[in-house]
Amino acid sequence: MDTTIKNSNLKSEEYFINMGPQHPATHGVLRLLLTIDGEIIKKVEPDLGYIHRSIEKMCERDSYQQIVHLTDRMDYLSSHINNEAVCLTVEKALELEVPERVKVIRTIIGELTRIASHTLWWGVMGMDVGALTTYFYGFRDREMINDIFEETCGARLTMNYNIPGGLMFDIHPNFVKRVKDFIAHFKTKLPEYDTLLSGNVIFQKRTKGVGILTKEDAISFGASGPVGRGSGYSCDVRKHHPYSALDKVKFKEILKTEGDTFARYQVRVEEMWESLSIIEQLIDNIPEGDYKVATNAVIKLPKGEFYQKVETARGELGVYVVSTGTKNPYRVKFRSPGFSNISLLNHITVGGKIGDLVATMATLDIVVPDIDR
Amino acid sequence: MKDLMKDYKTEVMKNEALQNIISSWIPELEFTEEGSEFLTISVKPENLHQLMNQLKSNKETNFDYLFCLTGMDWGKELGVVYHLESTTHRHIIVVKVKTTDRDNPEFDTVCDIWKTAEFHEREVFDFFGIKFNNHPNLKRLFLTEDWDGYPLRKDYVDEINMVIK
Repeated sequence: MDTTIKNSNLKSEEYFINMGPQHPATHGVLRLLLTIDGEIIKKVEPDLGYIHRSIEKMCERDSYQQIVHLTDRMDYLSSHINNEAVCLTVEKALELEVPERVKVIRTIIGELTRIASHTLWWGVMGMDVGALTTYFYGFRDREMINDIFEETCGARLTMNYNIPGGLMFDIHPNFVKRVKDFIAHFKTKLPEYDTLLSGNVIFQKRTKGVGILTKEDAISFGASGPVGRGSGYSCDVRKHHPYSALDKVKFKEILKTEGDTFARYQVRVEEMWESLSIIEQLIDNIPEGDYKVATNAVIKLPKGEFYQKVETARGELGVYVVSTGTKNPYRVKFRSPGFSNISLLNHITVGGKIGDLVATMATLDIVVPDIDR
Repeated sequence: MKDLMKDYKTEVMKNEALQNIISSWIPELEFTEEGSEFLTISVKPENLHQLMNQLKSNKETNFDYLFCLTGMDWGKELGVVYHLESTTHRHIIVVKVKTTDRDNPEFDTVCDIWKTAEFHEREVFDFFGIKFNNHPNLKRLFLTEDWDGYPLRKDYVDEINMVIK
């Protein structure tokens, strides 16, 4: 008896499945509506808004000091940098020059935040492709940074340390020593990341050549941060529009030209070395002086429009403030990196396998509250 | 400082030079540098798509990076603010487009020029009710389809969910 099945008898048809909003690999409350044919992805449509809080509307009724506190609820892994972005915008509008000490501390803390965010991402990235050990490594090292932050600003996630005009309080006396301890510790651990995951053959096979984004598309989709740099697109705001003390330190902008999932992975891992180097250059040279300059209790920005961009761990965050000269802004817009980065998910995953979607999405490093502002 | 930035463009084209190039394309553009650090162009809705297309395709301007697209409610007028940057020349420009038609505001889409505009325009449609002609997939992005009104408009009222100070 002939048991072979003739191909013409097999029928395939497209169907829809939901991924999320409670799926662990969507890293938050994000729902993806997938159109698939077998295992091949035909279309990915993100359904957003499950945790939208309308921060932009809330800003219109709040004072400028209050707005700072809302921003660390956006990309909570870059909360220091988000706070800094608003403070820089207000200081730019008031033409307020903050002390050198403030600039250096802001830069150190910003880079520590970047390392903390990247270690957490690295752990979760490994877990998404089935390497559970990385999760514990990543969280172990991030814990040291959280402890440093807790000692100085009393918080571990939503920091609220920056205020317009400087910092809420001075650094803790232990700060310098603990940061140095962390650098020494992390320098021995970072090579382990490479041995454990980067060099792993299974991991490389799952990530190389998958989810390719060309440089032209990266620019057109407004990609930024490691997503853009993995495609060879020089988009580091720290280099192109330096702020705080970033014009005084030497570091390399990591660029990879492959544009695949593995390239984006490599960019983040190598960026941690650069962030360590920035902190090392500054930690022994924190200038003496005040940790803030006095501002009016009620801050009124002059009439006009102000824009400030910073580099968070995810890419370019823009703060656009329109002021009519009162104590509240007329309109605030947050240009968040995650929002532009998720818009290219469909483009880079169509035609690939459903399993690759998870790996690709992990290297976009999405934080959902950053998209649903 | 100079040494550190040697690979990065720190000299950009002056605003006057940019204005000279752009004003030769379309006669009815208004330029201003007041109240903003960037050169700002106000354009009429019917000229928007042509201007945007040329801003990107012209080699001297080459604004290939749309980094921010903001919906605005100026009280009487509704409109959109586009922030553009050139990744080769590193200059920045702002384009504003306005309409007084609050019942049926419409502009041409720029999705065909910058792909990032697709999501940004959907967000503006969702919160301001501004329609974008020729947009491939214009529907609400964050709110549900049956949501009543456009929350980021200044005249939006929601007595239950909004705390007014």
